[in-house]
Amino acid sequence: MPKRTDIEKVLIIGAGPIIIGQACEFDYSGTQACKALKEEGYQVILVNSNPATIMTDVDFADKTYIEPVTPEVVAKIIEKEKPDALLPTMGGQTGLNTALAVAEMGVLAKHNVEMIGADVDTIHKAEDRQQFNEAMARIGLQVAPSGYADSVEQAWQIVKTTEFPAIIRPSFTLGGTGGGIAYSEADFERMVEWALSASPTRRILIEKSLLGWKEYELEVMRDIKDNVVIVCSIENFDPMGIHTGDSITIAPAQTLTDKEYQIMRNAAIDIIREIGVETGGSNIQFAINPENGEMMVIEMNPRVSRSSALASKATGFPIAKIAAKLAIGYTLDEIRNDITQVTPVSFEPTLDYCVVKIPRFTFEKFFKTPPLLTTQMKSVGEVMSIGRTFKEALQKSLRSLEIGISGLEENFESGGELLHENESDLNKLREMLALPHWDRLWHIAAGLRRGLSVDEVYKITAVDPWFLFNIKEIVDFEREIIQTGFLDKLSDGDLRKAKQMGYSDLFLAKLLNCKETEVNARRQSANIVPVFKRVDTCGAEFEAHTPYLYSTYEEECEANPSDKKKIMILGGGPNRIGQGIEFDYCCVHASFALREENFETIMVNCNPETVSTDYDTSDRLYFEPLTYEDVLHIVQKEKPDGVIVQFGGQTPLRLAIALEQAGVPIIGTSPDNIDRAEDRKRFKEVLEKLGIRQPKNGTATSLEEARTIAEEIGYPVMVRPSYVLGGRAMEIVYNQDSLDRYMRFAVKASPEHPVLIDDFLDNATELDVDAISDGQQVVIGGVMEHIEEAGVHSGDSACSLPPFTIPLAIVDDIKQQTRELARELNVIGLLNIQFAVRDGEIFVLEVNPRASRTIPFVSKAIGVPLAKLAAKVMAGKTLSELGFTEEREISHIAVKESVFPFIKFSDVDILLGPEMKSTGEVMGLDTSFGRAFAKSQIATGIKLPPQGMVFISVKEGDKSAVGKIGKSLVELGYQLMATRGTGDYLRNLGLEVAHINKVKEGSPHIVETLEAGKVDFMINTTFGEQAVKDSFSMRRASLTQNLPYCTTIPGAFALVDALQSLKTSSLSLSPLQDYWKNEIQTT
Amino acid sequence: MEGILALADGRTFKGTLFGAIGEAEGEVVFNTSMYGYQEVLTDPSYCGQMVLMTYPLIGNCGINPEDFESNHPYLSAFIIKELSGIPSNWRSRETLDEFLKEHGVVGLQGIDTRALTRHIRDKGAQQAVISHDLSNPDVLIQKAKKSPSMVGQDLVQQVTCKEPYEWNEGDWNLHTGYSQLSHNGLKESFFVVAYDFGIKRNILRRLTQVGCKVKVVPATTPAETVLKMKPDGVFLSNGPGDPAAVSYAIQNVRDLIGKVPIFGICLGHQILNLALGGTTYKLRFGHHGSNQPVMDLDRRKVEITSQNHGFAVDNKTGNDDVEVTCINLNDQTVEGIRHKKYPVSSVQYHPEASPGPQDSSYLFQNFITLMKENR
Repeated sequence: MPKRTDIEKVLIIGAGPIIIGQACEFDYSGTQACKALKEEGYQVILVNSNPATIMTDVDFADKTYIEPVTPEVVAKIIEKEKPDALLPTMGGQTGLNTALAVAEMGVLAKHNVEMIGADVDTIHKAEDRQQFNEAMARIGLQVAPSGYADSVEQAWQIVKTTEFPAIIRPSFTLGGTGGGIAYSEADFERMVEWALSASPTRRILIEKSLLGWKEYELEVMRDIKDNVVIVCSIENFDPMGIHTGDSITIAPAQTLTDKEYQIMRNAAIDIIREIGVETGGSNIQFAINPENGEMMVIEMNPRVSRSSALASKATGFPIAKIAAKLAIGYTLDEIRNDITQVTPVSFEPTLDYCVVKIPRFTFEKFFKTPPLLTTQMKSVGEVMSIGRTFKEALQKSLRSLEIGISGLEENFESGGELLHENESDLNKLREMLALPHWDRLWHIAAGLRRGLSVDEVYKITAVDPWFLFNIKEIVDFEREIIQTGFLDKLSDGDLRKAKQMGYSDLFLAKLLNCKETEVNARRQSANIVPVFKRVDTCGAEFEAHTPYLYSTYEEECEANPSDKKKIMILGGGPNRIGQGIEFDYCCVHASFALREENFETIMVNCNPETVSTDYDTSDRLYFEPLTYEDVLHIVQKEKPDGVIVQFGGQTPLRLAIALEQAGVPIIGTSPDNIDRAEDRKRFKEVLEKLGIRQPKNGTATSLEEARTIAEEIGYPVMVRPSYVLGGRAMEIVYNQDSLDRYMRFAVKASPEHPVLIDDFLDNATELDVDAISDGQQVVIGGVMEHIEEAGVHSGDSACSLPPFTIPLAIVDDIKQQTRELARELNVIGLLNIQFAVRDGEIFVLEVNPRASRTIPFVSKAIGVPLAKLAAKVMAGKTLSELGFTEEREISHIAVKESVFPFIKFSDVDILLGPEMKSTGEVMGLDTSFGRAFAKSQIATGIKLPPQGMVFISVKEGDKSAVGKIGKSLVELGYQLMATRGTGDYLRNLGLEVAHINKVKEGSPHIVETLEAGKVDFMINTTFGEQAVKDSFSMRRASLTQNLPYCTTIPGAFALVDALQSLKTSSLSLSPLQDYWKNEIQTT
Repeated sequence: MEGILALADGRTFKGTLFGAIGEAEGEVVFNTSMYGYQEVLTDPSYCGQMVLMTYPLIGNCGINPEDFESNHPYLSAFIIKELSGIPSNWRSRETLDEFLKEHGVVGLQGIDTRALTRHIRDKGAQQAVISHDLSNPDVLIQKAKKSPSMVGQDLVQQVTCKEPYEWNEGDWNLHTGYSQLSHNGLKESFFVVAYDFGIKRNILRRLTQVGCKVKVVPATTPAETVLKMKPDGVFLSNGPGDPAAVSYAIQNVRDLIGKVPIFGICLGHQILNLALGGTTYKLRFGHHGSNQPVMDLDRRKVEITSQNHGFAVDNKTGNDDVEVTCINLNDQTVEGIRHKKYPVSSVQYHPEASPGPQDSSYLFQNFITLMKENR
């Protein structure tokens, strides 16, 4: 069927900020959808609050609303834009929920907007457990027995049919709070009571636990003519009971016979038809009983998902792009397969390789939470690897993770959890294996190394024996390697075999006590080098025209490099806190920009969620780990004219010097100059030379040294290991005791690098500057003032562009210092500097001669694609040639706010500090600070109460400030509530304040009041270990109640500003394109 | 033990032998199915061929007593990237290695199967020799060159049954395995005579399941013998080799057309077309896999089909009464035909699946309808 001509304008809802469970895979999907619809000539209206996305680049939609993704905002956009259709399936759960809410508000009907892809009934049928179960019963499929209970008695009734262990899920709680698994009657009643009390509707779902069953997923697509194809099958390494986002997964499914696979395939087709997804993709999850093949349907997502992004990368079949085309009326047979160019997409991809995905966790940042995996997702990113065997793909994935390992290593220290020092202590290991620790893979390997049988490990873990046996083959071969003792005793045959099993040079070097470069040299001389194979959707049945490549150790290489001028871009690897989508955004921009300059672009990355790993983004894509060894192989094959390391965050930067020494042509700021900025001692020399001030500091390699330096500087001091991103292990210490404790922790956290000690600038204001330099000219991109004070990690702090309290003269000074530093470091490309201002004095905190986290935000705020310009500069253009010679003055305000994953991690405090904790960000754009800040708050998912009770409790030093805040709030019509100290202070100012007890003062106390829903937002600052401990439960309660909270005074001031602006007028919405209507566009 | 594959065009691949150790000869074809190697191994259509699996990890589910398509493997060798060291599936009873040893089938693993696939794709399916003797590859290449090609070969004789037999097994079910169905005395059952050119068991199971009382007869059974049995319909099965070489079958089918409803699959489809005056030709490397898109031209709907054929029917059918009912969307080749006047139709693909998708399973029901209308 041809595309529909009765619709012209399509609204796409994006997923908003990056949160756990909803990451940049929705930028990948959304970008594909926008591109596909624009290609077909439709007008695209987009709403997404996340500025770090490619989809919110002005080229990808006709109208780009960087506005909060809430039903109210989307309703207003619909009123304004009057689209013909709404595509709700591209923005994750957020997109789906928002679309549903808008439909239920009657807005779609009123404006005659058609929901395409999936309609309201379909979404309800898939999402509502009861409706879904009924639908499955109609088509004769089994689901885990379950039932809703409103009371303990009912719960007992239900559990009689579901049996133990039983999964308990309270309805309508955020992040699965109050849920769990009851293993016996003994736990059951207590857990039910807890869950009932956690649920605002006092309703819980009790479900039969399928613990130990095998878990599978199918990606299904359907078109308007009811043609259905299965794009990919995925098998989870981890059995049921672990969220699929936290599981190691493998494509295709490995342990199904055709008979069993076809049962699943038929079920998937029946499900997509019964649920009624008319066009597009769905993800369907199944559980299989390993004892008898019995199958249950777990759930279905009637939209693109994290798994569909993975499946797209794993197969070369771009699900989101095709889903968008199906939504506007095409059928599968009418869409051409990009890779083969001769066959249609109405087929089922077949793989001739094995794909392994491994999630990346950050339990070390939330170390109070037990590092155990459950039905609630906790990972923040993932890597994917492609190999010709599972063993090869597994080990490639492991070294892609960037957690300090080079493969399935024995001596991997797992978040301080378990060291296998005691070889005989197998029981301890058995106990560890029984629980799903995030690093269970290593425990399995440890067990197999120590002689546990595959069968025993299977009995303990329920991980399929096929996977276990493959791991055993890896560790068995490891023993053989160790037994040879020396590199030169290892035969060529065994060396090749090791490489085929995915052993990296570094891993082999560790096993053979030699250097990585020695292994490399030995391989090169024996001609044991990888070849590159293509991902082609068809198992080589047709020729692949798309160079989407992976390495393996076999005979035939299909890389077939061209002799064009080419530049290679090294990506950012897995998302993690501190290094996320922003860097992928920059890499993608580099690729687009260099293509415009007629270079062939080559992308290297291993993150399946990203736009950079879309085979459509660059001319050539290498889906490979970002290690020295793997990157060098690609360089040797491709011989690029330049390699860009400054866009992918620390990942490629860490490789810069070694790559340069190996003769790799790194373009842009030289690795030596990067090192001058990163290395504290060399950096000090730079600053002294320029006469620029920095906080007093020193570098310590031992505890004694640290004590001396801290003494000299004077407490409080900021301590951190060198060469880290995201403030990993960064802390403010107030005395020697804390310093001593920190030094033990920090040295452990980063053994190869010394500890940096800086004067901590109390109550200073931080600023971030992004600038671009071509070696001659330096142009400021933007200066951002942080809203939270110095000491809060810049990635966690909200910020405003332009600055809103710092005097112009100081801002000018800051710009001048930026220019001087850029020149001194001979920056070619991007530069980010963090400054602190205290009492009119400027201090440089750090200089990053690379793309920063704020580049996409600044680019969107000023309407200049900085990363693109920087890539062109690095390829030899001057800023004059590019027409960007002056800082862009803007007449509006852009606010960036961070989004935190605290709700997913039990027992974790929400206080902000020097270690970054946020997973994502949103942007608020408007004409005043208050309105822009208000938008940013709403975009993070907070409901700003127009009236109600504000609870205030602040530390001594903040009292005078909070007086002003209290007065403003009362003037705005809010009531105040406070504990004794703060309350007395406010009452003295003549304010009316209700009294509430601190928790330790007894009932009725603040936590009870919060949990009873009697508070509408909270301002709480605190200082000192004891005070922090005492007030912890209060902050946690505000979190679980989803209340707006401020844990800093500047944050509270900004919030008051926002509330004020909301009182005076309702929010107005403008597309990004309108902000730049009158500006001259630069390319 | 090391092994070598030598292709007739001179290219060689070194790997490791598994299964039976020895020498094997045949035409190398690649199969792109990711699942169902057990069904592939026991599909008689692979007689005279070495099957190369493009999916690299094979043997993961072992071999179970149920998923057989015939009583033993007919292929001459099995070529894979990596043999699983362990079978992991609740139904598995032995390993792939054990199974191949038992049946004397040579296996070769550890070669660059993708390179071999690409070679076959670009140069065409060709004769090859696998050997444990690596000393003189040239001798093996010469042997491969001398090995007779598929064109002109009647391999049906090697795989067809010697005596007629009845079939009572129906579809497979996860909980109860295969059902045993007897249609004796049932009013609504249809008596079908199935020509065995190398028939896959799942065809018989599907026919039985939808209500056919099936009698399987040898490929050489004369048409008049079949007609004497007074069947409601005649089924022409899949099978190996060149359809044009099976002249006796073509003649028999010619004698049946117009006298009884006929349904053919794969080789049966090719034989039917030859009987109707069409021609067949050898494809460069054929269609062997579970992901082939077929467009039903009546309903304009796409089915994902299981396919296994090296020859195809020319789209100039040579008979105005024959119309093409479906085509392959990858290369536009003929996938099905029907006679405008007689209740005669056939498909090139495998609606019985096994392995592969069951999208076109309804064709067996259509055959029932056809027989009902022409009773």
